[in-house]
Amino acid sequence: MSINIQTDFKTVGTRPIRPDGPDKVTGRAKYGADLNLSGMLYGHIVRSPHAHAVIKSIDFSAALAMPGVVATMSAEDLPEPGDRILPGAEIEMKLKDISPIIMARGKVLFHSQAVAAVAATSESLAAEAAKRVVVEYEVLPHVLDVHAAMADDAPLVHDDVFTQGIDPAPTRPSNLSADFEMAKGDIEAGFAEADLVIERTYNVPMCHQGYIEPHACVARSDENGKIEIWCCTQGPFMVRNMTAEITGIDLGKIKVTASEIGGGFGGKTTVYVEPVATILACKSGRPVKIVMSRDEVFRASGPVSSAETQVKIGAKKDGTLTAIKTDILMDSGAFSSSPILPATMFAAACYRCDNMHSRGREVLTNKPKAWAYRAPGAPQSIMAVECAVNELAQGLGIDPIDFRLLNAVEEGDVPLFGVPFQSIGLKQSLEAAKNHPNYQAALEQNQGRGVAAAFWINAGLQSSATIHVAEDGSLNVLTGNPDIGGSRASMAMLAAEVLGIPVETVRPSVVDTDSVGYCDTTGGSRTTLATGSAVMKAAGMLREELKHRAAAIWNVDIKEVEWYDGMAVVHSGIGIDELRDELRAGTAGRNPEKVLTMAELAAQAGATGGPLTASASVHAHSAQPSFAVNICDVQVDRDTGKVDILRYTCVQDAGKAVHPAYVEGQMQGGAVQGIGWALNEEYLFNDQGVLENAGFLDYRIPVASDLPMIDTVIVEVPNPLHPFGVRGVGEVPICPPMPAVATAVNRAAGTQLYDLPLSPPKLLAAIEGAGADNEAA
Amino acid sequence: MSNPKKIHVSTTVNGEPCEFLCEPGQVLSNALRNNLDMTGTKEGCSTGDCGACSVMLDGALVCSCLVLAAEAEGRTIETVEGVADGNALHPIQQKLLEHAALQCGICTPGIVVAAKSLLERHPDPSEEEVRYYLAGNLCRCTGYDKIIRAVLDAGTVMRGE
Repeated sequence: MSINIQTDFKTVGTRPIRPDGPDKVTGRAKYGADLNLSGMLYGHIVRSPHAHAVIKSIDFSAALAMPGVVATMSAEDLPEPGDRILPGAEIEMKLKDISPIIMARGKVLFHSQAVAAVAATSESLAAEAAKRVVVEYEVLPHVLDVHAAMADDAPLVHDDVFTQGIDPAPTRPSNLSADFEMAKGDIEAGFAEADLVIERTYNVPMCHQGYIEPHACVARSDENGKIEIWCCTQGPFMVRNMTAEITGIDLGKIKVTASEIGGGFGGKTTVYVEPVATILACKSGRPVKIVMSRDEVFRASGPVSSAETQVKIGAKKDGTLTAIKTDILMDSGAFSSSPILPATMFAAACYRCDNMHSRGREVLTNKPKAWAYRAPGAPQSIMAVECAVNELAQGLGIDPIDFRLLNAVEEGDVPLFGVPFQSIGLKQSLEAAKNHPNYQAALEQNQGRGVAAAFWINAGLQSSATIHVAEDGSLNVLTGNPDIGGSRASMAMLAAEVLGIPVETVRPSVVDTDSVGYCDTTGGSRTTLATGSAVMKAAGMLREELKHRAAAIWNVDIKEVEWYDGMAVVHSGIGIDELRDELRAGTAGRNPEKVLTMAELAAQAGATGGPLTASASVHAHSAQPSFAVNICDVQVDRDTGKVDILRYTCVQDAGKAVHPAYVEGQMQGGAVQGIGWALNEEYLFNDQGVLENAGFLDYRIPVASDLPMIDTVIVEVPNPLHPFGVRGVGEVPICPPMPAVATAVNRAAGTQLYDLPLSPPKLLAAIEGAGADNEAA
Repeated sequence: MSNPKKIHVSTTVNGEPCEFLCEPGQVLSNALRNNLDMTGTKEGCSTGDCGACSVMLDGALVCSCLVLAAEAEGRTIETVEGVADGNALHPIQQKLLEHAALQCGICTPGIVVAAKSLLERHPDPSEEEVRYYLAGNLCRCTGYDKIIRAVLDAGTVMRGE
């Protein structure tokens, strides 16, 4: 399929101030925890003190005896999940893997899993009442380490999980929930051809998305069983669907309004508190608010899978890659939900190589259930492949960008996951990185440079949009995708571009699930592409309708009417090109015989057929991959192991950057999340499975003083399937930073430390170890 | 649990006198948000680590989650709601918008309060000074680059350059 891609834009590519901005800088914007209703109760969740235990009994009597305690709940209040599959989900999700996260059923499988909840008239009373809920447990042996979990005699996290992907299917349950392979060519022949082979193991720790806003919601029910939920989420339709499934309440009785969202990065693509508040609201007949504490967010939301990746990679002397083998082991926590599939598929997607083999294994442990984080799975496996590529290039004496240019995929190449690449921008991004002044900057002693390239697939999926034209010709654009990083600005810009009107006349809103058609969750870098496509489609329909209205006013055939620069124009007596020239030159005047503006058409809408409105939906199959290249320069303090980032450069193919400032923002934000994951961030559990750093003091995300400016270069290789060339931009930025940073640190320190995070004590030990090795040699 | 009586607090918020009743253990951020309905002050951690609840207390920048609401008695509090002059945005607010220096916006109120405090004390800070002054305000979306540029640019405006 090929389409004409527009390259001349009026609004797309400019940097207007985001429409929701003033509310956010003044504090008016309402986030998840900002709604209070009269008569509202506060919910508090009782959580497991054990990593693995049978729940023998739950006694609410002491809690209920407290004045002001109104309702309680546990898994008893939720339907049995059975073998039900969640309808509508793109990836198969079993209700029995989701419902126990809301309320544990029979057993607890990780520390801080929700066991019960209470609702009371104040936050402090609810917290006190939660302490008085008596839960009797029978503690079971637990397993925390992925290797220990795969041992024959390991405690089973589930007794009904059998390894998927093995033929014949195993007959014994196992903590190894998936084990699969993908391959092309002849991997051993590929290694035999190689002049240099690098083989190494890389570790990326379990981390957290680190959104600053904790999960929060208010739910209320009415006499007719109608439920209203206000919450911070990446997907109000997902909340509606999952709450219906988990609670057994009819989906049609639930309305979800997404508040402003204080970050998500994948972490708010599921529910934690919404079904609990819903049940408590139904049982009490009062609105119920639940706000997770930061401690609860760290312990009991969905952290990010750790990965241990073995890479074996070979190339000829001239730099041609001959074989790439990856073996990835991911910790999924207590339920199968890790991104092992994308990790396995996309590890080496940047490279053209005839012989590839990738194995993925997912292991269950008594830790919180892993969940999505920005480009789920890709950063972990790309970290391993990119570090190995850097070592290989160095071993062959080839510049790392030249090495990548030699082996980079381009249009027509078929990656391991089988879908041939169309027009892509990896080589252009590599060239831009090579030409960046930062790549030529001189390095001093104890300084090092790392380069990495990365791929992400990007999603399309389903979206809807509705546009209403107000009486003055201004527009309301309604969509159902929470605006997590400026997407309302892009929705307004896309509508303005299609209709040729000033962006200031477009008012974009994110509306509730009763007020717009279905939208899949904000995620997968899909909102500007897919929801934007629905907006563009509705705007295009509106443009056609406006032409019809003009034709009716002029009493001419529709073929006589053109849409130009936000106006209907009629050919009559003059060629359209000539008319356009007149309009451009401003000499056409304001002759209503020839021209009708949006405002004029809107004012006459009543006489020409009624209000002007358009709705459209898409299942977007137009998503195309993104590629990014990062260059990182660091300085290592050999006495303390501290790493300073000296310069950081992000290059990314955005397809077409609709609002370049927010594209840069995605690149910078993703880079810094990756820097944090490389240098500081990790989940630290004690031997009882209790998280020991459940706060921002001990789980240290990057702060302003840790960083330099983050330089950006937007490359624009248009997506051939989108009329404006748009690709997704939000996720690929987190894929290259870990290997860029790790390579830079190891070059600066003279170490070979690939066990992230490269925290000061670990790096110091590696520096001292490397020094001792050198002395011994 | 005994139910201790609430405490009556008389204070000044954004130049206006105000009173509220708080629980003895209630923190200022919670009282601002839930007793006074001033939800511009955000809560990201309640342990003083994220800075989303930054307010000025008698001219000092504090995390309001670490201040007891009862401590506001007789004090002067400035919150994000008081930064703009009516409908005229403060230069920091304007520059944050112009630089696209917010994505989700949950940290923005704290950044606005902290940056204003910085520029009022040090009208011409270096990039490094801005970075260290804002080191207590976590932002997970932006990587800080555009925030730092916006604050430096706001300083230029406030100095009349």
